[in-house]
Amino acid sequence: MKKFLALTMAAVMSVSLLAGCGGNKDSGKLKIGGAGPLTGGAAIYGNAAKNGATIAAEEINAANPNGLQIELRYEDDTHDPEKSVNAYNTLKGWGMQVFLGSVTSAPGVATSVEANADHMFYLTPSASSTDVLGGVVNPLTGTVDVERKDTIFQMCFVDPNQGSASAQYIFDQKLGDKIAVIYKNDDVYSTGVFNSFDAKAKELGLNVVSVTTFTEDTQTDFSVQINDAKAAGADLLFLPMYYQPASLILAQSAAAGFAPKYFGIDGMDGILTLEGFDTSLAEGVMLLTPFNADSEDAATKSFVEKYQAAYGDAPNQFAADAYDCVYAIYQAATKTGVTADMSASDICDKLVAEFTSMTFNGLTGEGMTWAADGTVTKSPKGMVIKDGAYVGMD
Amino acid sequence: MSFLNNLINGIGLGSVYAIIALGYTMVYGIAKMLNFAHGDVIMVGAYVCFFASSTYGLHPLVGVLLAMAVCTVLGVVIERLAYKPLRQAPSLAVLITAIGMSYFLQNAAQLLWTPNPKVFPAFFTLANPDGTSRTGVDLFGGQLTVRFTTIVNLLVCIVIMVLLTWFTGNTKMGKAMRACSENKDAARLMGIDVNFTISITFAIGSALAAIAGVLFLSSYQTLVPTTGSMPGIKAFTAAVFGGIGSIPGAFLGGVLLGVIEIMAGAYISTQLANAIVFAVLIITLLVRPAGLLGKQVREKV
Repeated sequence: MKKFLALTMAAVMSVSLLAGCGGNKDSGKLKIGGAGPLTGGAAIYGNAAKNGATIAAEEINAANPNGLQIELRYEDDTHDPEKSVNAYNTLKGWGMQVFLGSVTSAPGVATSVEANADHMFYLTPSASSTDVLGGVVNPLTGTVDVERKDTIFQMCFVDPNQGSASAQYIFDQKLGDKIAVIYKNDDVYSTGVFNSFDAKAKELGLNVVSVTTFTEDTQTDFSVQINDAKAAGADLLFLPMYYQPASLILAQSAAAGFAPKYFGIDGMDGILTLEGFDTSLAEGVMLLTPFNADSEDAATKSFVEKYQAAYGDAPNQFAADAYDCVYAIYQAATKTGVTADMSASDICDKLVAEFTSMTFNGLTGEGMTWAADGTVTKSPKGMVIKDGAYVGMD
Repeated sequence: MSFLNNLINGIGLGSVYAIIALGYTMVYGIAKMLNFAHGDVIMVGAYVCFFASSTYGLHPLVGVLLAMAVCTVLGVVIERLAYKPLRQAPSLAVLITAIGMSYFLQNAAQLLWTPNPKVFPAFFTLANPDGTSRTGVDLFGGQLTVRFTTIVNLLVCIVIMVLLTWFTGNTKMGKAMRACSENKDAARLMGIDVNFTISITFAIGSALAAIAGVLFLSSYQTLVPTTGSMPGIKAFTAAVFGGIGSIPGAFLGGVLLGVIEIMAGAYISTQLANAIVFAVLIITLLVRPAGLLGKQVREKV
C-alpha cells in the first residue's frame, strides 16, 4: 500500500514537472501577465481582478479576429511581496510583454521595482500605494521616499487623492461636526489614505475627535474603537479600509447603540454583495468609489451581466479596474502599432509615451488621463447606500 | 461606566478565546501535541453551521449538531492520517505536520467555498415589540450594553469546563486519558488502548471546536477560510497563559487575555494593544513558567 502510494506520488510529481515545460511556443499574441492573490486571505481581490481582465481579453479577442490578439496569464502571489516577485519572474519566463501589475499594494511595491528595472510596462488595476509609483511626496514629511519608477502606471486612485478628496467632500457637504476615524495601521492602503485625510482635515479645520487603529491580527473586535468614538461624541465615522472589517464595525456599532453617519472609500465597495450581510446595517453609508455595479449605463450593465454569468457574483471595483486596464493597454497598443513580436522594452517605450498623452473612457471613469508620475485623473463618484443599493449623492 | 463597558467587552472577547483554548488544552494535555489545525477545524465547523442554517434553513441547533458531527469525523480522520503515523516520531515532526494540516484545511476551504467572505447569521437575538431585533441587554438607560453572545459564550464555557473536568476525573475513558497523558507505555501495559484513547481525545476536541466555531462566529460574524487562524493563535496563547493542559487554566487565560487586550487598547493605545498582550504573557511566563494554573513539575536529576 505504502509502496503504491509512493509510486503514484512520484508519478504525479514527474508529470507535473513535465507539465511545466512546453507551451513556450510563440503564439503570435500579445502576452499580458498579471499577478495577484488568487489564494489566501486577500484572494477575493486577486480573483476579481483576474476575472475582470479575462472578460476584457475575451471580448477584445472576439471583437478583433484579424487584429492584435491578447493572451492573458495570471499568477498567484498570495498577497506576499516575495511570492509576487517569483510570480513576476515566472511570467517573464513565459514571455510576458506587458505586465498588468500586482493587484494589492504590498506586492505591488515589490514587483514595480523589478518591472521598472526590466523596462517592462506596468499598469496596476488596484495597487494604490504611492510607493508603487514612486516619486510622490509624502504628505507627512514633505519628502519623496521612493524614486519615481518610470514604467509604472495606476488605474486606481492613488491613496492620497482618496484621503484628501474624502476630507474635501466631508467639508464641502458639511457631513459632520465631530469626526472619528478608524484605520488599519499595518496596511499601506489604509494608512496612506488616513495620512492624507489627516493632513487635508487639518488644513480645512475639520474637527477630528477620535483616531483609533487596528491590525490584521486584531480585526475581529472593534469595541474599543467604537467606544472611543462614541465617548468623544462623534457624529461621522470615517472608515478608510476594505469592506470586510468595515462590515464588522457596522454590526458592532449597531450592537453598541452607536449610530453615526459612515463615510468610506473605494475599498468599502463590495459590502452589499457580502453573502449573508444584513444590508440594513449599511443603510446611509456614504462612499467615494469609481465604479458602481448597479449603474445604468450600457457598458457597465453588459460587463456585470457577463461577469455574473461566468463567475456567479457581482463584480467589485477590482474587477472593473482590471477590465479597464486591459482595454487601456489595448487602446494604447493598437494606436502605437504594437505587434506581438516586439520586445517588452520597445512596447514599454511606446506605451509610456501614449499613456501620458491619451484619453481613455472605461467603466471606472470617463475621460481618464495619466500624468507622467503614473497617477490617473478621474473623478470619484459620491455614493450613498439606500434600500440596499448605491445611489449617486450629487 | 466606560470602564465597565470595556470590562464587559473584554470578557466577551475573552470568552471566545477561552472556548477555543479549552479544545487546545484538552488535546495538548492528553496527546501531548500542539494541534495547530484546531483553529481551522473551528473554521470548518463554522462553515458547516453556516450552510446548514443559511443555505438549507435548518434550525441553528441542528446546524450546531451537524457541525459537531462533521468536525468530530474530521478530527478523527486528521488524527488517523496525519498524526498517528508519527506517534513515535520526534515532537517537532508532529508540530510541523500540524502546521501543514492547518494550511491544508485553509486552502481546501478556499477551493470548496471560495475566499469570498460570508456573514454568519446572528443566532442570539431577541425580537423587540416593534419588530426589530436586539443583540444585547441595555443597562443603566443604554449606557452599558451586554451582548447576548457574551452571556451565552460564558455560560457555554463554564458548562464545558465543568463537564470536561468531570469527564477526565470520573469516567473510565477520562481516567484512561489521564493515564495516557502520564505515560503512554505504562498505560499500554495496564491494558489501555492508547490509540483509541487518543482518537477519542481528538473527537472530543474537534466537537468542542465546532461549538467554539459557532459561538465565535455569532460574536464576530465575518466568515472566511482564514477565520480560524488568528483566534487559534490567540487561544493557544491563552492556553499557555493559563497553563497548558489545565482545563480551568484555559478558561482563566482566555478571559484574562481578552480583558487585557481590550483594556490595553482602551487606556493605552490601540496601536500597542497586541504588544501589551504579549508583553504580559512573557512576564507571566518568566514568573510562572508553567502558566497561571499549570502544574509546576520539578525535574528529578
